[in-house]
Amino acid sequence: MAGIALRRLLGAVPVLLIVSLITFGMMRAIPGDPSAIIGGISATQEQLAQIRHELGLDQPAYIQLLTWYTGLAHGDFGRSLLMGQPVLQVTMQRLPVTLALSAYALVLTLVLGLLGGIFAALRQNTWVDQAAMMFSMLGISVPNFFLGLLMIFLFGVYLGWLPTGGYIPLWQDPVGWLRTSTMPAISLALLQVGLLARITRSTMLEVLRQDYIRTARAKGLPRRLVVGKHALANALIPITTVVGIVISLLISGSVVTETLFSLPGIGQLLTQAVLNRDYPMVQGGLLLVTAFLVFVNIVVDVCYALLDPRVRYESP
Amino acid sequence: MNLPEDDDAPVRRRHPFWLAWGRLLRHRLFVSGLVLFGIILIAAVFAPYLAPTDPDKLAMRFKFLPPGADHPFGTDNFGRSLWSRVIWGARLSVLMGSAVVVLNAIFGTLIGAAAGYFRWLDNPLMRVNDALMAFPAILLAIGITAVLGPSTIDAVLALAIVYIPRTARIVRSSVIVLREMEYVQAAVAAGAGHWRILRRHIMPNAMAPLIVQLSFLFAYTVLAEATLSFLGVGAVPPTPTWGNIMAEGRQYMIEAPWIITIPGVALMITVMGLNMLGDGLRDVLDPRLRIQQ
Repeated sequence: MAGIALRRLLGAVPVLLIVSLITFGMMRAIPGDPSAIIGGISATQEQLAQIRHELGLDQPAYIQLLTWYTGLAHGDFGRSLLMGQPVLQVTMQRLPVTLALSAYALVLTLVLGLLGGIFAALRQNTWVDQAAMMFSMLGISVPNFFLGLLMIFLFGVYLGWLPTGGYIPLWQDPVGWLRTSTMPAISLALLQVGLLARITRSTMLEVLRQDYIRTARAKGLPRRLVVGKHALANALIPITTVVGIVISLLISGSVVTETLFSLPGIGQLLTQAVLNRDYPMVQGGLLLVTAFLVFVNIVVDVCYALLDPRVRYESP
Repeated sequence: MNLPEDDDAPVRRRHPFWLAWGRLLRHRLFVSGLVLFGIILIAAVFAPYLAPTDPDKLAMRFKFLPPGADHPFGTDNFGRSLWSRVIWGARLSVLMGSAVVVLNAIFGTLIGAAAGYFRWLDNPLMRVNDALMAFPAILLAIGITAVLGPSTIDAVLALAIVYIPRTARIVRSSVIVLREMEYVQAAVAAGAGHWRILRRHIMPNAMAPLIVQLSFLFAYTVLAEATLSFLGVGAVPPTPTWGNIMAEGRQYMIEAPWIITIPGVALMITVMGLNMLGDGLRDVLDPRLRIQQ
């Protein structure tokens, strides 16, 4: 078990190295110089050169890269150009917003997606199945910002039940957090609910056709027990691998959701940073978020190996 | 070898394409998808005839007109005809989606086949692939458009770079399995070169999962392009895209709700049609992945 975890962690090293190179290269390739943004339009040539010198932008690219890596090795992710604060600090301030929203959306996804998929599979070819599959088709087809806009219009503007934007931290006021986070979480979860319901349904149908299910039924076990214990346990194993993809989609989707509902999370932070060419922020922030996603996937893989002994035996 | 000729003569031989097409036309979801996407495709192809009014023509006198006889979809905050803008938006969505799909078909296949077939290429190519796939998709696309600049072509390139690794991975996994097949080894033994083996023996059998992937990819691309232009990093206004029409209409949600609703519904029809086509193609072409009907 430890072997699998270790191998996956080692395998992540080259991936993260390439991720860091891509982010570094991407930020250097952006036309326009951050010194112009810091200095403003009125800055003279000397002032711009001074800013460039202070940021180390007059150095060759490989020196800048080495400086960045040296900093990373010391836990220094650089300093945001616009906010003047360390990237790590800004990211850690914004991270709870995105994590709380994603966790809320993940709970919605797991509950609705799993239940929808399981019930559809158990009532295959009935109206329950067709309704569940119709909803999941809608889920994967309706853009999340469109659903968000419709909800803002209906619940925020027309009925006035929920605020149309803004954020209240969870630990300050849980009820306020629920009021500000429910619409974003629903619009964020939509795609993943649809995906998970479809995958759960097909996996369940696959498992329900297996011989051991027929055997369990034939020896007289009640259907509830067969479905709840034998079928579900085996269907959930392949579904765990989907959770990694779902989390990645949630983080990616939070970019739009946070912008739409003006939530001060990572997605909004990095979008603004890219548009303002705040390159230390983008470099550091993208690296942190991507490293987080890589780590989540390793955890998912290890869980998968824990749940399914075949994976352990097949890959020594 | 001399086979009696009438052995296969009575059997009407049909090209595999027509066999698959026949089965697709009996697939309910596929036909529904065909109808939905067909509507959008017709709007895209015949945009100049369906919407002769210039989509960028301003007419402040006519702003915020609700849908009616003169303006089937109403007008926006500048009095521009939403009918024209949504139809020209359809053309742009379909064009951009097709361009990303074509780029994926070319480069995804090349990279995936190279990585799957040549063992020494597998590791370096797939590590770069993994790295690109590790990024949150939309953030990577925003980053690339920041490098390239906001325009239609740059958004296409950004989305292609985001999605090609995913296509390459699917092609690679088919090629890795096919590479070990006995008929491929027979071809190697018979002295066929790498190019011939890939083209004649491996790729035809890797097509089914690729086609299924590309049809879903079309749906993702249309969705992602709308998302980018909604965020203001896609095609530049006044070029009408569904995403930027909705972004502009957001401020006028109360007095003119049709500005966000109509492009949103058009977007939904497109993506749903393409997803249904993808489901149908998967059921017919790639029976291993079939969701039990």
